[in-house]
Amino acid sequence: MTGDHDHNGHGHAHGHDHDVTQHDPEAAERNKVPFYGQRMYAIRELLVEKGILTHAEIQAEIDYMESRTPANGARLVARAWVDPAFKQRLLDNPKAACAEMGLDAASLTELVVLENTDRQHHLVVCTLCSCYPRAILGRPPDWYKSFAYRSRAVVEPRAVMREFGTELAEDVEVRVVDSSADIRYLVLPRRPEHTEGLSEEELAALVTRDSMIGVTEARRASPTPTPASAA
Amino acid sequence: MGRVVSGASQALKPGDRVRVKDQLRAGHVRTPAYVRGKLGWVERVHGEFRDPEKLAYGGDGLPRQALYMVGFHQTDLWQPHAESRRDNLYVDIYAHWLERA
Repeated sequence: MTGDHDHNGHGHAHGHDHDVTQHDPEAAERNKVPFYGQRMYAIRELLVEKGILTHAEIQAEIDYMESRTPANGARLVARAWVDPAFKQRLLDNPKAACAEMGLDAASLTELVVLENTDRQHHLVVCTLCSCYPRAILGRPPDWYKSFAYRSRAVVEPRAVMREFGTELAEDVEVRVVDSSADIRYLVLPRRPEHTEGLSEEELAALVTRDSMIGVTEARRASPTPTPASAA
Repeated sequence: MGRVVSGASQALKPGDRVRVKDQLRAGHVRTPAYVRGKLGWVERVHGEFRDPEKLAYGGDGLPRQALYMVGFHQTDLWQPHAESRRDNLYVDIYAHWLERA
């Protein structure tokens, strides 16, 4: 990439172009880069032109961001379910517990783990923006950043959870946590019933992203084909 | 989190009753409008952090500010509109936004 800068907004001039718009007139509209996207590309190209960053460094950072997924959080939760001493460490010193599991704890913002119990259910929101434990869960879902979720989660958390299929008993205390500052929150969901025989890996498969935000509980164990008796 | 907060004369501890200052402030403010002027309690002491309201404008964020998790009853926030008398809400608030109540 020397000298030959591409200023057409999408850096892939191949000499021959596949102009789908010839066959599909609506494609041009669909593929249009929105304003903030255009601005982002412009800033990216300027940073590269000025030698502040290289394309390779930017791509490496994107790859790193994409490598962090809810599977990281699920491993933490599953370990906490099977190992009470680990659970205690996760609650007392989350960063150290993450490092123990090989997660990149250095990049973590301050993390606090909120344990759901029979009596308390936590729900995380960021009303001011979209603070989220990215190091543990990856990128937040779009709905987490929506005005609807951010405004409704603090006023009517039970109604919001109901829309996710979560019905909590009236005697359970709902604790909404608005992560408005330097702390990121991870919900430790309750271990589902009838999972005594499952391995740590099988348990991790029950831990969904949404259950670690708190809009749902962990998945139930899939009903294994047991001897017919539903006694 | 067992970190010691300096400036002990100011330091709040879990259980202390607090009121969020009801002030209008433009710009990068980390205290949500819906808790301003509301009564709550210190649930947990997070430690000290550079002040994001200064960091956002190129400052160094110093002196560090104590950050507290403050609890509120849903009924105190939303009065008759609260969904359940049992439910609570927690927000992280910096010391300079809080006064003892």
